[in-house]
Amino acid sequence: MAAVVRSSGSTTSELKKKSLVPYLLLAPGLLWLALFFVAPIITLISTATKTPGAGIGEFVQTYRWANYWDSLVGASGQFGRSFLYATCATLLALAIAYPLAYGIAFKSGKYKNILLVLVVAPFFCSFILRTIAWKQILGQEGPLFRFLLDLHIVTPTTHLTATAPAVIVGLAYNFLPFMTLPLYGSLERIDPRVLEASGDLYSNAFTTFRKVTVPLSMPGVVAGTLLTFIPAAGDYVNAEILGNPNTKMIGNVINAQFLNTQDYPTAAALSFILMIGISILVMIYIRKAGTEELV
Amino acid sequence: MAKTTRSIPPGTTGENELMTELMSASKAFLSRRALLAGAGGAAAATMIGAEGADFAQAAGKTVRWANWGLYLDFDNKTKKYPTLEAFQKLTGIKATYQEAIDDNDTFTAKVAPQLRLKKDIGYDIVTMTEWKAAQWVASGYVQKFDDAAIPNKKNVTASLANRPFDPGRHYSLPWAGIIAGIAWSKSALPKGLKTLDDLFAPANKGRIEVLSEMRDTIGLIMLWQGVDVSKPFTDAQFQKAVDFLQKKIKDGYIRQVKGQSYAEDLISGDAIAVIGWSGDINQLNLQNGNRFGFAVPESGGTFSTDNLMIASTSPNKASAEALINYYYDPKVAAQVANYITYVCPVNGAQEAMAKINPKQVSNPLIFPTDAMWKNLKVFRELNPADTAKYAKSFQKAIGNG
Repeated sequence: MAAVVRSSGSTTSELKKKSLVPYLLLAPGLLWLALFFVAPIITLISTATKTPGAGIGEFVQTYRWANYWDSLVGASGQFGRSFLYATCATLLALAIAYPLAYGIAFKSGKYKNILLVLVVAPFFCSFILRTIAWKQILGQEGPLFRFLLDLHIVTPTTHLTATAPAVIVGLAYNFLPFMTLPLYGSLERIDPRVLEASGDLYSNAFTTFRKVTVPLSMPGVVAGTLLTFIPAAGDYVNAEILGNPNTKMIGNVINAQFLNTQDYPTAAALSFILMIGISILVMIYIRKAGTEELV
Repeated sequence: MAKTTRSIPPGTTGENELMTELMSASKAFLSRRALLAGAGGAAAATMIGAEGADFAQAAGKTVRWANWGLYLDFDNKTKKYPTLEAFQKLTGIKATYQEAIDDNDTFTAKVAPQLRLKKDIGYDIVTMTEWKAAQWVASGYVQKFDDAAIPNKKNVTASLANRPFDPGRHYSLPWAGIIAGIAWSKSALPKGLKTLDDLFAPANKGRIEVLSEMRDTIGLIMLWQGVDVSKPFTDAQFQKAVDFLQKKIKDGYIRQVKGQSYAEDLISGDAIAVIGWSGDINQLNLQNGNRFGFAVPESGGTFSTDNLMIASTSPNKASAEALINYYYDPKVAAQVANYITYVCPVNGAQEAMAKINPKQVSNPLIFPTDAMWKNLKVFRELNPADTAKYAKSFQKAIGNG
């Protein structure tokens, strides 16, 4: 009897131990998240409800939740612009990256690795420098402008930098590798026999591409567009360097509110709204696109 | 032995300047070291104990200075700052110089939390533009000068000796004066610019840039609209200038609103007419063959100063004062002004300049003439509430909210 009791006792404790193991394994990660994600987010949410105190850059907690609404209304133009520019840049990047990834995956032969390195190579140089380089290339005294001027496509009074298209092109360029690599990943994984089978079933090259290649590359498309859209929506470097005061994005507003006017509550509220906004858009997108094969 | 340990005889200070005092101190120190080398036995051992501590203190004399870019004479060949090297040789104080400031707000936002907690910010001397310096003084972020340690303080230009934020200059001394005016590319605009009407002429549309420094850009526009920015003005008068700026941005006249980087756009040709700073244009012309013109608009320009202050958290106050005193020596000030080409706030520097670079003696951007002074206004001091309100409205106009 005693032996039975003992043995049953040991099994429950073993069971208990087993059920604790996953939590113990998760603990470091959860702790990390709590410390470096949850805590800052709570600080952010609470900073946003503060109101000005005595001095500049000093604020007192008054739980003014209307700060969120006021900030959103105040910067609605830049919010709209951010999402518009990010969408355009993502589509442009997709249009450029898809043929590129397709070419590398199927047509590059022995040059595959070199081409992949070339896609990533711009990352060896600073993000800011690459963006400033575009300013030189598109600038009024730059090579491209001179060329277009000679072709009478532009007049001396038009300009290429300090415009909305320049910002969008800058965004698309800077995030291109984030689009190309996931696309390449899923295209490269396509079994060539599936494509052959499609041909055997009398579909021409275009139908094969549309009905076989594109659906199979969807995980890459979804991952690539997310990796491009999310950072592009929050970016402020491209708008700062390649844009003008009429093309400012939400990142510029947050930057200025934080550092120039030292209005921390507005900056915090805008950051939080941007986070929520992106999360909602991403959620809708993933629902529509499906994520079964994403992981 | 008692004689050798006393580094400075108490009587010698008298009328001597701090500099000579420091020099004698370092000389006395050297001789003591030489003496030490020759000494032996137990006496020497006790001396090492006493002198060793003294040595550590003298060697530990440092001063750390945060300043703006291109704001101190620099020798491209040796990669050193000649006047700062001379200061170190003269005083034995180790000086670290960092171009750590590129924006008043950003720099202050970075160090203010430490200043509030009374923790060392890593700098003893900071250089802030007048309106920001006023905030530092009001917030108690600075230490009061010991006037006896800065005898050269008497050399400060009369018009800058008593600013409202620091009457009598007990907490700050101007490092350089900045004139904001209009500048242009000579090849694109051979006739030059005289007024803001010229600046905003339709022919310049899309190639005009203005400063992101509110007091300069709005100040110039307000002066042009007939408002004296050095005296109290109404919110409506301020708003009128902001509205004008916003309209010029909306209509595509103004290409960008920038800090010091407008200089790059002048060089590249993206901008041909700007609201900019005097010294920048001087330096651009030195490097790029006199391609640019600068003028104070007929309606008036704005003037401000960057000010040296000792951070409240600084443990090296005496060294910091020695450094400030050194740079208020007219000869040293002239050497700096010759390089940075901003307005020199030190009396006697103009005479000293004759020996260094005679061409610069009559440069009105370093030594403004009386006529020029009359046309320059200092933007009035704003209280914290107005500062926040105006900054917000300006940022909104330039697309940041």
